[in-house]
Amino acid sequence: MMDILLAAITAVLVLGGAGFALVAAIGLNRLPDLYTRMHAASKAGTVGSGLLLLAVGVHAGDLPTFARALAGFFFFVLTAPVSAHLLAMAAHKVGYPLYAESVRDEMKDYDKRI
Amino acid sequence: MTTAEMIISYAVWLALVVLCVSFLLTVWRVIKGPTLPDRVVALDMLTGIVIGFIALIAIRTGFTLYIDIAISLGLVGFLATVAFARFILSRGNREAPKGDMMKTLTASVPEPRRKSAARRPSGTGPAVRRKAKK
Repeated sequence: MMDILLAAITAVLVLGGAGFALVAAIGLNRLPDLYTRMHAASKAGTVGSGLLLLAVGVHAGDLPTFARALAGFFFFVLTAPVSAHLLAMAAHKVGYPLYAESVRDEMKDYDKRI
Repeated sequence: MTTAEMIISYAVWLALVVLCVSFLLTVWRVIKGPTLPDRVVALDMLTGIVIGFIALIAIRTGFTLYIDIAISLGLVGFLATVAFARFILSRGNREAPKGDMMKTLTASVPEPRRKSAARRPSGTGPAVRRKAKK
């Protein structure tokens, strides 16, 4: 009974992670410009791979493996926003344009304000 | 095969298929992406999907050592994205049409300073000293 419950939790985590990765890939193809694509890839993609790592930890069933999987999960969750922010700032500073129908660009006169 | 193993086996198979589809979609964005940052975002996403593949292989085979490989791949992907961001920043814009944002952003950037040609003959090197003796 206990191992069926553990298997069910693992299966839910695995399918959820794969579903998040699929949603991120669809968003990467469907969204109109660089910045919105980045929002799809760096949030849903990170959660997808993180859930799959957690599934490995739950499936192994011992504490050291679960701790390593949790450490990996936190590592991905901490580094993904940093890299996405760096890339977005570089692209905006260099002048890659926003989508034509986007309504607000808060970094438009960033150089003048600082 | 017990019930638990069967549940996990089916879930992992389905997840492998879904990850394959998302991998191909992301590769399509890498090929098609109109600008370089689009491709970099897609490559970052590709690293995440490969980490997912490694996790699924770890579940299937039972080797938990694969977790460490996944963590190190994530580190490499993070460093690659940071390096690409620095590269985009230093390369400048070559693809986007020059719009309003381009003007406002490049207005405050000064021209690179060049050595003035008039200053050069008045040096104190050996060749200049030889010329002055003559």
